[in-house]
Amino acid sequence: MPGVSMTVNGKAVTGEVEARTLLVHFLRENLRLTGTHVGCDTSQCGACVVHLNGKAVKSCTLLALQAEGSQVTTIKGLAKNGHLHPVQAAFKEHHGLQCGFCTPGMIMTAVDMIRRIPDLDETIIRQQLEGNLCRCTGYQNIVKAIHAASLEMKGARA
Amino acid sequence: MYQFNYLRPKSLDEARKLFESNGDAKFIAGGQTLIPTLKQRLAQPTALIDLGAIGGLAGIKVAGGAVVIGAGAKHNDVATSADVLKAIPALAHLASHIGDPAVRHLGTLGGSIANNDPAADYPAAVLGLGAEIKTTSRTIKADDFFTGMFETALEDGEIITEITFPVPEKAAYMKFPNPASRYAMVGVFVAKTKGGVRVAVTGAASSVFRERTMEAALAKSFTPDAVANIKVAAGNLNSDLHGTAEYRAHLVTVMAKRAVAAAH
Ligand SMILES: Cc1cc2nc3c(=O)[nH]c(=O)nc-3n(C[C@H](O)[C@H](O)[C@H](O)COP(=O)(O)OP(=O)(O)OC[C@H]3O[C@@H](n4cnc5c(N)ncnc54)[C@H](O)[C@@H]3O)c2cc1C
Ligand code: FES
Ligand code: FES
Repeated sequence: MPGVSMTVNGKAVTGEVEARTLLVHFLRENLRLTGTHVGCDTSQCGACVVHLNGKAVKSCTLLALQAEGSQVTTIKGLAKNGHLHPVQAAFKEHHGLQCGFCTPGMIMTAVDMIRRIPDLDETIIRQQLEGNLCRCTGYQNIVKAIHAASLEMKGARA
Repeated sequence: MYQFNYLRPKSLDEARKLFESNGDAKFIAGGQTLIPTLKQRLAQPTALIDLGAIGGLAGIKVAGGAVVIGAGAKHNDVATSADVLKAIPALAHLASHIGDPAVRHLGTLGGSIANNDPAADYPAAVLGLGAEIKTTSRTIKADDFFTGMFETALEDGEIITEITFPVPEKAAYMKFPNPASRYAMVGVFVAKTKGGVRVAVTGAASSVFRERTMEAALAKSFTPDAVANIKVAAGNLNSDLHGTAEYRAHLVTVMAKRAVAAAH
């Protein structure tokens, strides 16, 4: 089987995969990083979103071999020294999750949009969540949490 | 997914050689169409040849009254390019409405037009702007490129390298997205160019097409009113669970009207 190496959550990792192994399965099954979820088989739900070289991608729509040499960040890599990332903390504070299945993807998408877009408002947040489905919350508190986190992170940068 | 070999050439030459020596091989760019297709077992290539590691395929530049974009440019790079936003804002706007942010971070211009999905967005811009498609063996005019449903003029093993979009006087793209998939139920690209007015319609039929009656009317008067009363025949349009041919025909006129009003 082909070998693959990449950096995941700051650590160099290697593994053997089939050519058809998706990145999400490499993360979950080889590396046991089960925080990243699989919610569909049609590339539509976004539960599997991770960052590839700093950009949000669907890890179910990318071969592990395509990520050779890349920097990958998963939901498990966000908290630092036991402290939740501001977006994770905001989801907790604003009840941005119910069953939590969509949450890893929602949060990775949120961190990415906050990085790309300086002034988020409700409309933009909803557009940016186009590729992330939630069956529980009705999105209201997800949008609220992302907005609050974006303001907090902007404050922290200023 | 069925089994396949994965190959990662460093040059176009190497990619073409691998294609020839690998039976039923397929190129993969962003994978945002091909991987979902493979996951559904709708294709069974023997090898995937990844174009992602080939240098020089993803540039964006403005030269000689045209925007030249590499086949490997990601949707998000086109959507946010200062050059594209300035020269052809309609093209950046179109790219910013493809799928969702994660899809736009991987999906490419070349992959989108090579695939020629009947409901894809980019084909409307390529045809609407009268772009030229450069490949490893020749240059193809947009009018000759899209030949049918998921069909193009590309031959086996031919790789798109860049697309040249002439800068129009004004242009706009309006899409009515399918609320579930974000693909176009109907999308209309209008452009007022040196060579005349062009109107390209995607989503409505088996492949993107030019709406000549609207082009003629807009050539006389480039105003929303000029197209407001043009009824498109539903005969050749798509009917599916998302909408009837009559509904799509109606949407073509509505989207065309809005695109003309928005053109700048
Ligand atoms: C959830 C989701 C939503 C989407 N929504 C939209 C949407 O709203 N509008 C829209 O237009 N698209 C949409 N797409 C499709 C997306 O735009 C794809 O990125 C695009 O269609 C294909 O580009 P790719 O680079 O991913 O190509 P790939 O999937 O890698 O390849 C597609 C095909 O093109 C061929 N190919 C790739 N590059 C070349 C080249 N340089 N030369 C020759 N052949 C080549 C491949 O062999 C393959 O047959 C969506 C996709 C997903 C998963
Ligand atoms: S699991 Fe990746 S989009 Fe649903
Ligand atoms: S919290 Fe249950 S799917 Fe979103």
